[in-house]
Amino acid sequence: MALPPPDPQFVLRGTSAAVHTLHFSCGGQEPDVPILFSGSENGFIHVWNLKTHRVDVALDGHGRKSVYCVQTMGGKDRLLSQGRDQRICTWDLAEGRTSVTDSVFTENVGFCRCSLLKVAQGRWLMAMAAKATDEVQVLELPSKTSVCTLKPEVGAKLGMPMCLKLWQLSCGSQPLLLAGYEDGSVVLWNLSMGKALSQLVCHQEPVMSFDFDSEKAKGISGSSEKVLSIWSLDEQQNLQVYKTHKLVNAGISDITIRPDKKILATAGWDHRLRIFGWKKLKPLAVLDYHTATVHCVSFSDHKNPSERLLAAGSKDHRISIWSIYSQT
Amino acid sequence: MAAAAGLEPALREAAAALERGAAAAALGALRAALAAAGGSAALGERERALFGALLRSLARAPRAARPEGVWQRCFLEGPPGLGLCVLLEALASPGPSFHPSEAAEVLEQFLQEGRISALMWDVCQQQAQAGSPELQEALLSKVVCLPDHVSNKLQGKNPPVFFPQNYFPLLGGAIIQVLQKISDSLRGGLDCSISFVSHVLGKACVHGRQKEILGVLVPRLMDLTKSDCIWQRICWRLVECVPDRWMEAVVLGFVQRTPGADVLSRLLGNLVVKNKKAQFVVTQKLLLLQYCHTTAVLQNLLGYLALDGLRRPLLTKVLQELLETWGSSSAVKHSPPEQQLYISKAILICLSHLKEPEIESCRQELLTSMMEGVKCHLDSSLPQIRRLGMIVAESISSKINTDGPVLKFQYEEDDEARELKSLLVQTPPFCVVPSLPDDDRNEKADAALPLVLESDKSHTAAPVTPVEESDAELDSDDDLIPYDMSEDKELKTKAPVYIRDCIEVLTGSEDVDKWEATVKALESLVRKNPAATREVSVELAKILLHLEEKTCIEGFVELRQRAQVAVLTTDPIPVAKYLTSQFYSLNYSLRQRMDILDVLVLAARELSYPKSLGKTKHSGAQKPCIQLLPGSDSSKDWRRIVDERIKSKTRRFATGPSQGELASSPNEFSSVAGHFFFPLIQHFDRPLTTFDLLGEDHFVLGRLVHTLAVLMYLAVNTVAVTAMGKALLEFVWALRFHTDSYVRQGLLSCISSLLLSVPAQHLLEDMTEELLETQSWLGDVVEKDPDGDCRKLALQNLLLMENLKKKLEPVLS
Repeated sequence: MALPPPDPQFVLRGTSAAVHTLHFSCGGQEPDVPILFSGSENGFIHVWNLKTHRVDVALDGHGRKSVYCVQTMGGKDRLLSQGRDQRICTWDLAEGRTSVTDSVFTENVGFCRCSLLKVAQGRWLMAMAAKATDEVQVLELPSKTSVCTLKPEVGAKLGMPMCLKLWQLSCGSQPLLLAGYEDGSVVLWNLSMGKALSQLVCHQEPVMSFDFDSEKAKGISGSSEKVLSIWSLDEQQNLQVYKTHKLVNAGISDITIRPDKKILATAGWDHRLRIFGWKKLKPLAVLDYHTATVHCVSFSDHKNPSERLLAAGSKDHRISIWSIYSQT
Repeated sequence: MAAAAGLEPALREAAAALERGAAAAALGALRAALAAAGGSAALGERERALFGALLRSLARAPRAARPEGVWQRCFLEGPPGLGLCVLLEALASPGPSFHPSEAAEVLEQFLQEGRISALMWDVCQQQAQAGSPELQEALLSKVVCLPDHVSNKLQGKNPPVFFPQNYFPLLGGAIIQVLQKISDSLRGGLDCSISFVSHVLGKACVHGRQKEILGVLVPRLMDLTKSDCIWQRICWRLVECVPDRWMEAVVLGFVQRTPGADVLSRLLGNLVVKNKKAQFVVTQKLLLLQYCHTTAVLQNLLGYLALDGLRRPLLTKVLQELLETWGSSSAVKHSPPEQQLYISKAILICLSHLKEPEIESCRQELLTSMMEGVKCHLDSSLPQIRRLGMIVAESISSKINTDGPVLKFQYEEDDEARELKSLLVQTPPFCVVPSLPDDDRNEKADAALPLVLESDKSHTAAPVTPVEESDAELDSDDDLIPYDMSEDKELKTKAPVYIRDCIEVLTGSEDVDKWEATVKALESLVRKNPAATREVSVELAKILLHLEEKTCIEGFVELRQRAQVAVLTTDPIPVAKYLTSQFYSLNYSLRQRMDILDVLVLAARELSYPKSLGKTKHSGAQKPCIQLLPGSDSSKDWRRIVDERIKSKTRRFATGPSQGELASSPNEFSSVAGHFFFPLIQHFDRPLTTFDLLGEDHFVLGRLVHTLAVLMYLAVNTVAVTAMGKALLEFVWALRFHTDSYVRQGLLSCISSLLLSVPAQHLLEDMTEELLETQSWLGDVVEKDPDGDCRKLALQNLLLMENLKKKLEPVLS
């Protein structure tokens, strides 16, 4: 008999609002404590100490408007956050400081999370949805100079960008951008030419989230429908559907592949987390703890694989932390 | 004249020879003289008289005196009018030696040799010189009524040529021949009169033979008038000379038989402008007083009016009159729906013919009558009438506001609506009637459209099909052992488990999912927990009555209604009291009031329905005759096995019907019927500021009356039924002349259920007088009501009463 699914290792309570984004920062050496950042609907970014399971600091930089993206830039001292006040802020958290060092006014009213890619020491590229509804803008940080603006062809009717991912095949090679759009398609963009290389209709509904494995050149996307779509990118930079996987309940709000590319987790509108093997998309576990829509899932970046964690944030104000398949 | 001079002695000689009994030679000479004179037309007045006398004596002469073969020719070759008259006289009062069948034979030949056309041509020529009108009148009735005369006499032995369906086409052919001659003589510069032909046509038409005679005439005339203006003039004249009293039949015949408005215009010319009677028929009678004609007839008629500048003023006049009728509230109330459909069609066709400047000139009138009309149509309680109003109003508004905003209603698009709308599109004037292929084409175009869309869809959907797993990925996820996923089921929001929780959710919860789940679960909860429901029944009924659709749940209305019914059946008396009191209180929408009525009916039905049928099915399974399929319900099987074992081990000493009988249970409606019924019937005549049943809320009144009918029907075999019947009879009496047919239908249903429910004895003892009054009212309705359904219902009621009488007779006697 298969084992019953595990319970969460622990649960973080106290955001007092729906949790929209999570980001681990556990890669540091002792005496650094592992940290989890969470962004919630009331505009606060909570910095959770994973040793004590308590909030170290609550950052308030988005005018009490929902924070829906938090990422670190390098170490845990530099943070980037995106909120519904249409701003992307960078934070300096070193030595107990909690100040916003810089901010970008996106003028975008959507929910599209920005995507960050380190291109050199101290230099990042950031892709974000721009002011015009169907455009994506790529900036260089920290200089905030615009690298390019990606505009779909006239009459393409892709709709708003819903999710973005900047990636490059290997360090130093040409950065590329994958973007999921409102009409259900995923588009691969070449940044230097500002041109779409390939487009694939993965869903009939807007793409809610996707993740992409650049080693296997394979990605997985979810929408409000009952299916996950797995697609691949061939050598000619063409996107193709690889297979689809049917779900029990409709609606996926977030998908993350674990950094070691072995498993992936989805956050469902049905309050459940689902774990799949990445190679064959074998269903592995259904984690049923939350009592409302799960908004985000994130895997930790522990150096030691056995310590690895999975975190999920939900509309029920809770963050559940799981230890699952950490031995393999 | 010289040749004709030889005729008189020949006639005298033939008459004399006939007296002597050897007429063969004399008659032969007569025929030769007639031929030499150039046929019967050459006969003068005197000769005609002599010839008539000769024919009469021929008809009286003994068979031997009549030379076979020759005497018949005399009838056929002599003046056709005389021949026909004498033959018909002989047929009517045959002499001892002249058999009717002989006369019929000669008549048959007379017809086949085309003597009828000769007769008409004869009269036409005489008319030009003013012949005697009496004679013409006599001939006219002889010609048109020939089939009747012959068949009256010969009864079953009537030869087929005299059957009306054969005779009148023949007559039509004869008319064409005469017209041909008239056309020739006109071309030759000679004058001649067409009026006798018109009379024949008119009389045949008024006798109801339009189909036969015009079936021949119209196609021929269509061909002949195509490019010949003399023929056109003849044709116009033909119709114009029809006497007024027959004009309607002729015009209607033409309008029905002509394949298109352009042809009709060619055949009738400007008849409606010249002839008052024809104008009345076309603009009033066919449009406003009759409604049995097809759409094609309407299109012909109105297209005809539109095709000529002289007639177009009539078109606008007709439209105004149609709109007046359409917009009159009394017409909407009292005329049958079929007529309203007809008038609506006519309006739409008129609109399709109107041109921009004409609309401009009467825009204001159109607007006013549209506003009035749409108001009284929307007021109607029949959905068909309401929709008619919407469609016509939309069409008018789209015509008068070509650039501004137009009226737009929401209604169900069905075949009728589509047909009506298609009328608004002007069909090209040269193919009006064969509109069927046109419609077909439209449908095909419609069908083609989704096809294109579908192919689009499949194009976008195509990439979703998985690419073949040709991947050389040999490694798999096998090292990852899955956990148990059996709990991964479709998500259901947890519905409340207690009734009181439901109340909380329904009144104050912001959680939409929970609210939805509650609405869905409420009915079963109520049914499972009757005791808990009774504690809060009235409160729950109140909440449900005011519950509005928060989110888009499928079948919300039905879910709510089922919950309401469940509450009402669980605790009937207080809830019924509450609902009936709310029906007559302030501040409810009509929708809510009708909901109350629906719920009362459904609950009453449920209460009166024997529960045993639904619940104790296993008793049915015992019966050997009903072999149920092996059910999945294991408990049932278990029960059956136990029952069978008991049966096999038990010895029964008594045999009786007890075994197969269904378990009976008390009728739960019996004790509460009055609570449902009486509060509803009490206050109908007391208007509130927001609710006036006897005034403009007659639709709700109709529903109320229907509800009462159902409640009465369901109350059969209850104690209160007699009192209810009496009250209902009074109620019906008070409303019997209501103008709304929906209300009247309800009243008649009330009478039906009353007759079915109240025991016959009580009916007779307690309400004899009322019943007699009702009976006479029903008789009136059967005869006079404009609504077909009302008449049918009333007739059924009368039959019910008859049956009742029959049932009672043995008891009384």
